[in-house]
Amino acid sequence: MEENMEGKNPEEKPAAAPEPVAEKPVPKPKPKPKKAEVGPRFVVSSSPHMHDGRTVAQIMRLVLIALAPAALFSIYIFGLDALRVLMISIASALIFEAISQKIMKRPLALRDSSAMLTGLLLAMNLPSTSPWWLIVTGNFFAIVIAKQLYGGLGYNPFNPALVGRVVLLISFPVHMTARWVTNSRFGTDAVTTATPLTQMKESLATLGHIDIAVGKDAIIDLLIGNRAGCLGETSVVLLALGGLFLIWKKVISWRIPVMFIGAVWAMTGIFYLIDPTHYANPSFHVITGGLFIGALFMATDYVTSPVTKKGMLIFGAGCGVITVLIRLWGAYPEGVSFAILLMNAATPLIDRYTKPKVFGAVDTRKAAA
Amino acid sequence: MGRSKFFGGVHPSYNKGLADSRAIVEIPMPEKLIVFFAQNLGVPSQPVVKKGDEVKKGQVIAESGGFVSTPIHAPTSGTIDSIGIHPSPVGVDASAAVIIPDGNDEWFEGCSAERSSEGLDADKIKEIIHDNGIVGMGGATFPTHVKLSPPADKKMDILVINGAECEPYLTADHRLMVEHTEGILDGAALFAAVIGVGRVIIAIEKNKPDAIEVMRKAVASRDGFSVEAMDVIYPQGAEKQLIYALTKRKVPAGGLPMDVGVLVQNVGTALAACDAVRYNRPLIERVVTVTGSGIKEPKNVLARVGTRFEDLVNFCGGLEGDAAKCINGGPMMGVAQYSLDAAVTKGTSGLVILRQEEVAQFVSDACVRCGRCLDACPMGLNPSALSIFAERMRFEDTNEYNIMDCIECGCCAYVCPSRRPMVHHFRRAKAEVRKLQKKAG
Repeated sequence: MEENMEGKNPEEKPAAAPEPVAEKPVPKPKPKPKKAEVGPRFVVSSSPHMHDGRTVAQIMRLVLIALAPAALFSIYIFGLDALRVLMISIASALIFEAISQKIMKRPLALRDSSAMLTGLLLAMNLPSTSPWWLIVTGNFFAIVIAKQLYGGLGYNPFNPALVGRVVLLISFPVHMTARWVTNSRFGTDAVTTATPLTQMKESLATLGHIDIAVGKDAIIDLLIGNRAGCLGETSVVLLALGGLFLIWKKVISWRIPVMFIGAVWAMTGIFYLIDPTHYANPSFHVITGGLFIGALFMATDYVTSPVTKKGMLIFGAGCGVITVLIRLWGAYPEGVSFAILLMNAATPLIDRYTKPKVFGAVDTRKAAA
Repeated sequence: MGRSKFFGGVHPSYNKGLADSRAIVEIPMPEKLIVFFAQNLGVPSQPVVKKGDEVKKGQVIAESGGFVSTPIHAPTSGTIDSIGIHPSPVGVDASAAVIIPDGNDEWFEGCSAERSSEGLDADKIKEIIHDNGIVGMGGATFPTHVKLSPPADKKMDILVINGAECEPYLTADHRLMVEHTEGILDGAALFAAVIGVGRVIIAIEKNKPDAIEVMRKAVASRDGFSVEAMDVIYPQGAEKQLIYALTKRKVPAGGLPMDVGVLVQNVGTALAACDAVRYNRPLIERVVTVTGSGIKEPKNVLARVGTRFEDLVNFCGGLEGDAAKCINGGPMMGVAQYSLDAAVTKGTSGLVILRQEEVAQFVSDACVRCGRCLDACPMGLNPSALSIFAERMRFEDTNEYNIMDCIECGCCAYVCPSRRPMVHHFRRAKAEVRKLQKKAG
């Protein structure tokens, strides 16, 4: 049907023109001589005939640019291992995308950069110690299972990179959660250590109260990224800058990240006020784990988040609440990925119940009253 | 202080500089005119001439087909060469009379005779407006006398003369306001008298400072008239958006401007009405902006109804470069032509010819749900969902998502990064919904 848009069959197109709304059917003109003989000369399509020039590929590239500082910083702190993870991940994402599109006889669309973005995002959700087969498996699930099998870009209900990450998290917990490295650049030797959230959870289980460093130095370390974690989890500052860039460029709206981070902060804040020995400081919760990359880059994925403004607020808040529930009472130390995936599932429903208000709709009711 | 605060809208490149300083010029009488019989929204006019008839300028060649209809007049004196099917500028082949001008351009008896509008009552003015075939000249071609006949229970209090001209490229209304200021205001005064309103607002987008200035000077001496400089945002000139920006009144969904006491008339319509009442001149010519990068010399052309697009293009120096698209009207809502064989109708506000590199390609990838269309839609719809429903032929769902409130302004498609032909989907869905509603009774 769409092929006609390019004017290959201009004779068929007039049906799309805004015909006058006749009160009764237009009387067929009596003389029916030969059709006017005209050779197609111009491109024919429905209005509008102008476009602002924005493409999906441009948007994806802006997101890649926004992620670049944090990705480069991960190489700085985790060394060449991080570079290895990034390269294997992006390469395998592109290869899986190309193979899928070939097999499924879809047009090859690597240029839309969406697979590259998925590969980058997944890499940033992996530890720098990830073996190559782990990265490739994750990308297989992300690109082939979560994206292409559903129909490709635009049709996937769940964020592909997060599906990849969660499959790995459940299937290979040791590789995903127990082999952290902090870097010597900040004065300590490379050691295997737990992430701050894991430390919190473990101390709560063994000591009966939380035992985490929340001093000024510890907070600064967390902010700049001097801690154990996935590649992209670490530098809150650079991720925030990237997010602000995307909001400034109008690629994403403030609604989902602000509600997401805000909900985590508010909810953990309430529990902190109730019992600071069992519940960590809300600032600690906000700047640890994958909250920033999740809230700014994963929850804001267009395809899997609501399109309505009200829907975005609900989606963001829901992500925040589920994250906190998992962090405080769940089996896993971190809940951002699960929270976003669960809210992805709720997205069609949220969109349905947050239909925007039609211009003039209120007055109809008033007039009727 | 911007007066534009309707929701949504876009900022396309307006490209009005191509023609906005060019005074209106009249095109010499073409060798033949193709005058369509369906020139108004509503019921098409009924032809009353046959092949071989001699007609005079201003003679009725088709009568009203009903209340929501208008007569059509011969644009010049000459012979009816044939009556047949021709490609019309709205994209369908339609019935038209081909008139070969005799070169004398001789008025029909009684036409073009000056008369005083003193002492004419509202019904008489409406009758004159109908008899002279006046329709909305902004492009919608709705019969003006119908708009001037609101039901008795609708209390009207504001007349808006729409000089926003928010479509990119078009400058016809702009030039009319600069060159025919008094005529437009006289026409506005007639409309105001007919519907009995004391307040007249001339609404002009700020990108026409010279028009704003001359209008401001001209309204100084008229009671109840004012000029509002409107922010430049598309679709500022859409009735509901314009009314909201000016008065903060919201035309109810599915309703008409009269529901909030406002009548909107285009500047060209006001001028045509003034000519009809004061000089008994039927609507047989109009200003058409012939412009775009694909035309050698962009101009604002005063053209007889029936002037073929090819004649317009030749008058403006011919096509330039790889002209790839020819649009009847503006580039946001106009209808693409497949050839230059169609002709000017009462609703032809412009002929925009774009080059290959400017032609927006709509290839229809999957919706990535970026939500830009929701931000752009001035009617507060969810175009993303609507286009997906329409694509899957779920027309009942499109109705539930208020497809019928779509004004087809094209803002959604303009911003869509997946280049989905949104308006194309919506026109189809609206037609299907109308069918469903008819079936349901």
